[in-house]
Amino acid sequence: MAPDTVPFVNPPSPSNADDPRIGSFPADLHVHTVLSACAEVEMIPPLIVSQALSVGLRLLAVTDHNTGENAAAMVEAARNTGLHVLPGMELQTREEVHLLCLFDEVFPLEAWQEEVFRRLPPLANREDLFGPQWVVDATGEWIRTEERLLAVSADISLEEAVVRVRRLGGLPVPAHVDRPSFSLFANLGLVPPGLAISALEVSRNFRPAEGFIRRPQLRNWPLLASGDAHRLEDLRAVTRFRIVSPCLREIEMALRGQEGRCFEVDWPAR
Amino acid sequence: MITLKEIIEALNLELLTPGLGLNRGVTAGYASDLLSCVMAGAKKDNIWVTLQSHMNVVAVASLLSLSAVLITEGKRPDPEVVAKAEQEGIVLLATERNNYYAVSRLSGLGIQDEP
Repeated sequence: MAPDTVPFVNPPSPSNADDPRIGSFPADLHVHTVLSACAEVEMIPPLIVSQALSVGLRLLAVTDHNTGENAAAMVEAARNTGLHVLPGMELQTREEVHLLCLFDEVFPLEAWQEEVFRRLPPLANREDLFGPQWVVDATGEWIRTEERLLAVSADISLEEAVVRVRRLGGLPVPAHVDRPSFSLFANLGLVPPGLAISALEVSRNFRPAEGFIRRPQLRNWPLLASGDAHRLEDLRAVTRFRIVSPCLREIEMALRGQEGRCFEVDWPAR
Repeated sequence: MITLKEIIEALNLELLTPGLGLNRGVTAGYASDLLSCVMAGAKKDNIWVTLQSHMNVVAVASLLSLSAVLITEGKRPDPEVVAKAEQEGIVLLATERNNYYAVSRLSGLGIQDEP
C-alpha cells in the first residue's frame, strides 16, 4: 500500500479524544445545487442550508458536476448559521470515475475549475436531455445559465486529478464507489496503487454487511457515507467527524485517526 | 489458433510494446470499458478491446493472463503503463478506430467470444 494511504481497521475510539477542543461535526460532503443538471430546482443555497441545519449537519461540501461556480454562494448563505460549507466539485475523470474535490477556500477551487473547464469537450448542454444548469446567488436568485455541458468527462486522468487537487491543498475522495457506474471500482476494477487518497465515499444506501461481501477491498479503507443529495430530502447527517474545527486538515487527521480525531458512520438499518 | 502477429497485420495495428513476442495465440475476444466487468468476464488468452488506457488495464490483463489489449479511439497510455505492460508481458496494441470497428474486424478473422 502506498505511503499516502492508510490501512483501515476500525474507527478509533472517541475515548482517546483527550483534546477538549474536539467536538462532533455531523457532515455531508457530497451535495449538489441547481448548477448540476440532475439536481432538483429546490437545491438553492438558502434551502440547502436550512435543510442541512434541520437534519443536524454542521459541515457540508458543495460538489456540483465539473464546476464550483455555486460554491461561493453556498459559503455565503451558510455564514453565521452554525453550518460550515466546504467549496468543492464532483469531477468526472477521463475514466468516467467521479471524484469529490474538496477545498477549504473558494480560490483554489476556482483555479481547479479553470483547469477542468480547459479539459472539458466543447459541447453545449441540452436542457431537454440533461436539465438546466443554473448559477445562483446566496439567496437562490438566478444569475446565469451555464451553457457548457458539465455532465461529461474532463480529459484528466484520476491520478492527475488526485495529484493536482492535493497540490492545491484540496482533499480528493472517490465518490460512491459502491455504485455500478461512474465509480472507481466499477470503471477501474481496483484502487490504483499509490493513489494519494485517504478515504472512499459510499452512497447513502450502502450497508457494510452486504457491501463488504460484494467488494471485499472496501474493508481496507475508511468509508465516508454521503447523501449525494440531488433533492433536499437526500441530505444525510450519518457521518460524524470528531475534530477541532471543520477544515480539511482536521478531516484528514480524523480519516487517519490521529491525535484523538476520528469519525463514525451510522449505517442504514436493513 | 490465430496469433497476435496475424491480428496486427490484418488490422494494421500499432504495437505499443515492441519488446514482447507476438507468437502468442488468441483464443477469443472480449470488449468492455468497465474493468469490473472485464475482471468478471474475460478469460485467459483472450484479446480485450477497450478505450481505457489506465494503468489498471495492465493489472487486469495480467491478473487474467490475457493475450493482448487493443486500445481504441487513438488513446495512448502513459509511458509508465507501457513499461508496466512490458514488464508483465502484456502486449498492448492501438488503433485510431473505435471499439465497434475493432470487434467487427476481429470477428471477421474468426475470433469469437468465449461465454
